[in-house]
Amino acid sequence: MTGVAIVHSHLFEAVLQLADDHLILGHRVSEWCGHAPMLEEDLGLANMALDLLGQSRALYAYAAEIEDAGRSEDDLAFLRVERQYQNCLLVERPNGDFAHSILRQLYFAAFMHPFWHHVAANSSDETLRGIAGKAEKEMAYHLRHSAEWVVRLGDGTDESAKRVKEAVDALHHYTDELFQGSSAMTACAENGVLPDVETLRPSWTSTIADVFAHGQLAMPEVAHPQTGGRMGEHGEEMGHILHELQYMQRTYPNLQW
Amino acid sequence: MYSQGLIGADSQTEETQEFLDAFQARIDAEEKIEPNDPMPEGYRRTLVRMIGQHAHSEIVGMLPEGNWITRAPTLRRKIALIAKVQDEGGHGLYLYSAAETLGVSREQMTEELLSGKAKYSSIFNYPTPTWADIGAIGWLVDGAAIMNQIPLCRCSFGPYARAMIRVCKEESFHQRQGYEIMMQLAHGSKAQKDMAQDALNRWWWPSLMMFGPHDADSEHGDQSMAWKIKRFTNDELRQKFIDATVPQAEFIGLTMPDPDLKWNEESGHYDHGSIDWDEFWRVVKGGGRMNRDRIAARRKAWDDGAWVREAAVVHAEKQATRKVAAE
Repeated sequence: MTGVAIVHSHLFEAVLQLADDHLILGHRVSEWCGHAPMLEEDLGLANMALDLLGQSRALYAYAAEIEDAGRSEDDLAFLRVERQYQNCLLVERPNGDFAHSILRQLYFAAFMHPFWHHVAANSSDETLRGIAGKAEKEMAYHLRHSAEWVVRLGDGTDESAKRVKEAVDALHHYTDELFQGSSAMTACAENGVLPDVETLRPSWTSTIADVFAHGQLAMPEVAHPQTGGRMGEHGEEMGHILHELQYMQRTYPNLQW
Repeated sequence: MYSQGLIGADSQTEETQEFLDAFQARIDAEEKIEPNDPMPEGYRRTLVRMIGQHAHSEIVGMLPEGNWITRAPTLRRKIALIAKVQDEGGHGLYLYSAAETLGVSREQMTEELLSGKAKYSSIFNYPTPTWADIGAIGWLVDGAAIMNQIPLCRCSFGPYARAMIRVCKEESFHQRQGYEIMMQLAHGSKAQKDMAQDALNRWWWPSLMMFGPHDADSEHGDQSMAWKIKRFTNDELRQKFIDATVPQAEFIGLTMPDPDLKWNEESGHYDHGSIDWDEFWRVVKGGGRMNRDRIAARRKAWDDGAWVREAAVVHAEKQATRKVAAE
């Protein structure tokens, strides 16, 4: 590969990884639609799913353009196999109860909001700056909404406090992976296209610490961070997500919908 | 989406003739009745029942289409479907709010839905086994809903009429979106076309039933018409829907599942075969394929969410107490 081709390939991989995070989390959040604890949350969760899936669509479309190999946004979203998806493990975790889902949203939004803010302000890539400008505003809402809920649950009833603590125990050890740059991400950071994800850690930690303080939750010590998604090493639930997500494209190949 | 012609409203009322005449004079002058205005008990009860059925239909209606959100075939279709289902939830929210202006709470209405006391449109008691059902629902069910709801924009009760204006705009978008799904399928492979025809076969008759029983068999049409809650009879609306929809099916090469359907030069309308009212009443009374599943899903969401709603209330109370203590 030439130098230009390598840069292109890194950009493609990095954009694809971002798209996968948003698609898989959007898929999970969309599972709530019609089943939320209250009508306002049916609307709010659907809104967040729409934002995430909209961001994934813009990113897949850009990845397809970078790749320039005749694949469409839908080919990339629907027609890869498990090991080719590079989403982090956090986003594929099952919805569990409302506390799990809203905490997962907080962890992700507390990472993506500064991430997009950095891209919008600093990226050398015009398309990504455009995507980031919109996404930053959307993630600010996700962050506010999920943070308010984590506080309400942590400082609500005994039951809600217990449930949100259980969610922290179940999910916190997946958060370290957010700060693990893949080789493509690292290359894009060196080129000034994307932020170095490790630099976002202080901001993420301070946001979570603040929310947890208001929600009377303790920051847990994580003995064994769980990672692997960035290398396509997913959990057992990933295949089930893809089974549903890809059902139509796999059952009726090569058709227009 | 809309509840079929109102089922089981009691419009009996006990006010003096003078009061009723004065109220009727306002209605006849096309004045809007607002929540704090004097109104006959029967008028209030009919509206609570009607708006409640409509709201419940929106909420239960999220389920059959929600069934396809995680399996929609493309990102574009998935996003459009979530947005549509979200719109239905939004309609439910306005409608519960409109009903609340008449002195009934959302919790009370929800309990009535879950206990089976309150009805919702029977159309949602049919399953959505294939992707084409999403097209058919948008095209036919939302199409029928629009026929029902456009006249409701002129309903005599102000909050309902105003809610319907926005709802109709969104439903009209849904109807076009559903038709576009059907058109894509009808112009696609044989498997896609078969899927579209099969969905039309299953949804056509239930869509016609959405307008409610024939006028001759409808219990409370006259009073609702006099109070200008309704503006057209069930049969008039059904005929408008058939006349508008048959050419749309022909345009995309699908066949209506009614051998007796034919254009009548003389009347300027389509004649149609007889509707299976036994099926209609069976589904209204709980015997449809999905009645139990729909209510079970709503009950599960409500019960599973109880601790979340309670936490929100308790947290708000704690905050208020702290604020007072700090002052």
